[in-house]
Amino acid sequence: MREIQERVIDANRSGAPLRLRGAGTKDFYGERLEGEVLDLRSHRGVIDYEPSELVISARCGTPLSEIEALLATHGQFLAFEPPAFAGDPTIGGVIAAGLSGPRRLQVGAARDFVLGAKLLEASGEELSFGGRVMKNVAGFDVSRLLCGSLGFLGIITEVSLKVLPRPRCEHTLVLRLSAQDALAVFNRWGSLPLPISGAAWVEGSAWVRLSGAAPAVRAAGQRIGGDSVDAVAAADFWGGLRHCTHRFFDDATIWRVSVPSNAALAPGDKLLIDWGGALRWYAGESVGARARALASGAGGTALCWRGQTSGESRFHPLSRTVAQLHRRLQQHFDPRAIFNRGRLLAAEAGA
Amino acid sequence: MPSPSHSAEPAWSDPDRSLSPAAAHAVVEALRTILPADSVLSSEQELHPYECDGLAAFRQVPLAVALPRTEAEVREVLLTCRQHDVPVIARGAGTGLSGGAMPHPCSVVLSLARLNRILDIDPVARTARVQPGVRNLEVSEAAAPYGLYYAPDPSSQLACTIGGNVAENSGGVHCLKYGLTVHNVLGIRGYTIDGEIIELGGGALDGPGLDLLALSIGSEGLLLVATEVWVKLVPRPALARVVMASYDDVGKAGEAVAAIIAAGIIPAGLEMMDRKASAAVEPFVKAGYDLSAAAILLAEADGTPDEVAEEVSEVERVLRQAGATAIAVSGSEQERLRFWSGRKNAFPAAGRISPDYYCMDGTIPRKNLGHMLKAIEEMEVRYGLRCMNVFHAGDGNLHPLILFDANRAGEWERADRFGAEILELCVQLGGTITGEHGVGIEKINSMCVQFSPAERAAFFAIKKAFDPHGLLNPGKAIPTLRRCAEYGKMHIRHGALPHPDLPRF
Repeated sequence: MREIQERVIDANRSGAPLRLRGAGTKDFYGERLEGEVLDLRSHRGVIDYEPSELVISARCGTPLSEIEALLATHGQFLAFEPPAFAGDPTIGGVIAAGLSGPRRLQVGAARDFVLGAKLLEASGEELSFGGRVMKNVAGFDVSRLLCGSLGFLGIITEVSLKVLPRPRCEHTLVLRLSAQDALAVFNRWGSLPLPISGAAWVEGSAWVRLSGAAPAVRAAGQRIGGDSVDAVAAADFWGGLRHCTHRFFDDATIWRVSVPSNAALAPGDKLLIDWGGALRWYAGESVGARARALASGAGGTALCWRGQTSGESRFHPLSRTVAQLHRRLQQHFDPRAIFNRGRLLAAEAGA
Repeated sequence: MPSPSHSAEPAWSDPDRSLSPAAAHAVVEALRTILPADSVLSSEQELHPYECDGLAAFRQVPLAVALPRTEAEVREVLLTCRQHDVPVIARGAGTGLSGGAMPHPCSVVLSLARLNRILDIDPVARTARVQPGVRNLEVSEAAAPYGLYYAPDPSSQLACTIGGNVAENSGGVHCLKYGLTVHNVLGIRGYTIDGEIIELGGGALDGPGLDLLALSIGSEGLLLVATEVWVKLVPRPALARVVMASYDDVGKAGEAVAAIIAAGIIPAGLEMMDRKASAAVEPFVKAGYDLSAAAILLAEADGTPDEVAEEVSEVERVLRQAGATAIAVSGSEQERLRFWSGRKNAFPAAGRISPDYYCMDGTIPRKNLGHMLKAIEEMEVRYGLRCMNVFHAGDGNLHPLILFDANRAGEWERADRFGAEILELCVQLGGTITGEHGVGIEKINSMCVQFSPAERAAFFAIKKAFDPHGLLNPGKAIPTLRRCAEYGKMHIRHGALPHPDLPRF
């Protein structure tokens, strides 16, 4: 930790940017990479885990696999299903990126599970926000602000996360449906008290995962119909979505579009639907700028996940007021923009 | 000498800062030019109802009250206050319990009560877009025909507004399973003090940039004024039943709570009352509480009938194993509501058995519930005041109700110190000084115990990013360095918690 602190203080003195890095599974993610790598994997280890408190606290460099293995010994898990891609990210990277898997539909996003975090500012001082309790409204919610911040405000050195018991029973069904019909049934089922923990569509099939008490899963399965998927194939499919390792993601150009779950579909695109319709992935060169117009029109946003953007930013542009707030916040936490310069905001320059 | 970071503390945080009579008059006149006559209140009599919120111990009459009817009028009020450099206190129904809506003497109270329309309900996407003055329960009522409801249910849900819920990140009795306001709000549209429109989130589940939506929820009116809120609606469960268990020891009841969680069960509600609380409510509500029990636990299961049956039998088994002396399960909806009635009436019951009561709101790790209750018993003796305890046990959120009589010399001061000591113990036990009621003006000193000067400087920097002139609800939620230094000195006098690390100036 002292070594990390010294590197930060030096960088803040010289103004030379640092590129914060855990296992590097998300090197592709963000506007651009700039600066000398600061490897955070040495600051690792679970600090505290009490299953009956439903909380785990760990240093940023702790591998996700270590945390998941520990939770599994008590029948618990990180319910937001963070993507590991093809590797083993650190928990700091997981929270800094703030990405969530297919279960987000039922349980909420990464940020919903953040209870507390420590932040190393550019000045080299470590601040603590939030805590290890479920309800906490003392001070601004900085720990949730850090989730998805991509290092913009500083280094997340420690996190406390809410964990949940694994569902007692899980069952996946698959139905042959058009994307249009899948979207309609996902929205219809969403307004019924059904234990749906995954609702996705790709290549002509709608996949529905049910999680909860056995009687509820059984009853919901009868209502939904379709064909049962065995546990291995189900784990393979949902894992492929969670980690973006499904063959759909092999395409050289991928856009990620976040919209209201009932937004109209664009015809003729290579499409994967997740989160019951609220997350749409488009593949192929032809998507490009259309994805952005499509998202804006539906009240959502589009992110160029992979491929060329023809000069625009990868993330959906921020409004002028919101962009200004980003700059003002950075002015306090990282006035010389030494952390991950240009990764969250394309136009960012050093000072 | 103050370091540069202190300059972020807004000048209006000083409650003694004043305005000349001419300047005050000019503000009121300016408001009258932008709003209809019935939308500006300025006489002593009209202002009186706005001098406090649900925390009546703290009162201050504002300069004026503005009651806009439209978003455009809200913007005009903000611009006017900005031009005249006077503070703005946004207010919903005034049910808050931490004095978050208590006015500053030079402030304009911006009441959002007339922005009370539900703008849109989308039963397919399961969202509602509402104005901030819409009451919490109204949203669920409007969504009911579609089998949907809005999950956060603070006990004041009949009266409290969505705007106020957003400001406080309100919880309720079901948040262990269904989340707080932050988990159920998808977006906010509002204005900065400079009258600039700001949209955070919306109909989609996520977006680019920093999560300013999460930051704004629970920001106690210090960052922006919301004029529209998108909320998530969820399907109403088919059935709910509640298991009521008695324990002869509060420590055992606390362990039973941990045992339920450890068994992999997340009940829809998990509440606890001590003997003093059940004895206070029983004569009024006749809920059938076991008055011989040292503590009562209420655990609710919801879902499909089969699912509820399975969870109820599992909860019963765990509670018995944890040493329950008696168990009852609600057999009908009527009985379920009766079991809950006592818990939901704990605050009014405190008001009936005591002239005044002071409601605390700390959160601690669940495992420390027993420890905390024993410590409170010891404090009751030391402060010479009674305290009854109701808990959102599943969340570790405590609501000790300190009973006192404000007409007796020194009792309020003793209650205040009693409360502060409970909050300090919450921090020591790894918890927080407020779980769901907010800091407001009430817990501003306790913030000095929970956060370091650098952490508070970060809060002020966030405040300054949104509100560079420090006009939105100044003096609330974040204590200035000077205030913490004074609180530290006071505590040295009482022989507890000094702050030797704080600079004095």
